[in-house]
Amino acid sequence: MHNFAIFFASIFTGNILLTNYLGMCSFLSVSKELKTSLGLGAAVVFVMATTTPLNWMVYEWVLIPFGLEYLRFIVFIIVIAAFVQLTEMALERYSEGLYQALGIFLPLITVNCAILGASLFMVIREYTLSTSFFFGLGSGIGWALAIVAMAGIRQKLKNAKIPPGLEGPGLTLVIAGFMAMAFMGFSGMIALT
Amino acid sequence: MLTTLLVTIAVTSLISLFLALLMVIADATIGNYGVVKISVNNGTRELEVLGGQPLLRSLQQEGIFIPSACGGRGSCGLCKVKVVEGGGEYLPTELPFINEEERTQQIRLSCQVKVKGDIAIEIPEELFYVKEFKTVVERIRDLTHDIKEVTLRLIEPDGITIKAGQYVQFVVPEYEDLDEEVYRAYSVASPPGDATHVELEIRLVPGGICTTYVHEHLKEGDEVTINGPYGEFYLRDSDSPIIFIAGGSGMAPIKSILLDMEKTQNPRAAQYFFGARSKRDLFLLEEMKALQSSIPNFTFVPALSEPLAEDAWEGEIGLITDVVRKNVSDGHTSEAYLCGSPGMIDACIKVLTELGVTEDRIFYDKF
Repeated sequence: MHNFAIFFASIFTGNILLTNYLGMCSFLSVSKELKTSLGLGAAVVFVMATTTPLNWMVYEWVLIPFGLEYLRFIVFIIVIAAFVQLTEMALERYSEGLYQALGIFLPLITVNCAILGASLFMVIREYTLSTSFFFGLGSGIGWALAIVAMAGIRQKLKNAKIPPGLEGPGLTLVIAGFMAMAFMGFSGMIALT
Repeated sequence: MLTTLLVTIAVTSLISLFLALLMVIADATIGNYGVVKISVNNGTRELEVLGGQPLLRSLQQEGIFIPSACGGRGSCGLCKVKVVEGGGEYLPTELPFINEEERTQQIRLSCQVKVKGDIAIEIPEELFYVKEFKTVVERIRDLTHDIKEVTLRLIEPDGITIKAGQYVQFVVPEYEDLDEEVYRAYSVASPPGDATHVELEIRLVPGGICTTYVHEHLKEGDEVTINGPYGEFYLRDSDSPIIFIAGGSGMAPIKSILLDMEKTQNPRAAQYFFGARSKRDLFLLEEMKALQSSIPNFTFVPALSEPLAEDAWEGEIGLITDVVRKNVSDGHTSEAYLCGSPGMIDACIKVLTELGVTEDRIFYDKF
């Protein structure tokens, strides 16, 4: 039950993009088209759902026994990078379809701060292994949801008359702000801890 | 304290080592595609390369240079190659550069296509001869106030196979604010008969990266890297009378073609219209006049659009288009070769088609 609550909370109330503003870089640059943002979103879901429990294992079973918790930033990043690289290689080799849909986005998100963010939150909030999986999965879905929604809005914007000074990232940030406010409507429904 | 330090170092190293080992193993198993075959132009050439690399790089290692300006980052869209078989689906990174027609022909960006299995491609045959050359600047001389002639002597390899009229790419090294190498294309002005030298005519363009480099930094004795030859601008084999039109440094490829005609004693009728603003923009007049007597049927027509009083100009006066219209009565059997600015070429094409030269017989090099 707890896992289930965390899963939904990480999608809506604690959406990693709209409440913590993590992963903004690719959110701004890859949200121009619905199709590409779907691909990137799916890649983020996959990577977050896998790296968060993976980092949990590294943290609990390696870093804590040696008293090296302070190394988590660098270790998490290395683990994420290696894992993403391996996944990309495997996809490229064995599944052309999946590589087309996900693979080419993987290098883009290796250094996405939302991915590292999810792993760090998992530590702060003292999740268990299973909870960190659901938290990672939920955060990924939440991020994907936000970027897909943004891409939908931006596609509509193509036909709109926008003041030149607001074009591109400017208006995207304003819209992201509105979306964050809309997501505040969910706050208080379920807690993230 | 010391133990903490040692444990930290040991643990971090072990984690990194473990991951690195994992990557090495993956590279040798998942990432190892073994030796694959690239079949070029229906088996004209069969290359064996290690799989897993982008097509552009695999070809480069085998000595086939596909023109590319960005160095394989997928941002210039120049390295297009026809992949007949084994290229897989189009990648999203290619799509911005490929139009509908190219899609039906299986034209791909060779820097994005990875060679994972046997693959069959088609490339223009000229690209077989494209190589990278180390050269040294033998001579720089002023042709006009803003055009320099740069003569490069080939060092490695020491000979180039070129068709008169083709161009090479000049690699501009990092200098001043330029923080990465860039390539710029220049037509070769020397004739194909001289395989050990490449002569370029480079006009100073204010703010131009390469032209500024050549005009203000390049010295005799400097080393220069070029690659080539490229291009479809060369004399077609026929008996039709030829109309050459050039302006400014557009002289270069025409000069190469003319010198080649002189060598082969080509009997085709040829007229060469060279346009300049005033006398100070004219160059190589003596050489061109000399060619009138050494090429069997060749006339040179220089024209000034704005001659100054002190020029004492007795030749043709007016825009090059008007001069062509005045001197060419019937173009129905002619072939035309144009080299110059886009504005000049577009205007000339219009006039030439009015004179009866069909568009499939007009060849040009715009810059």
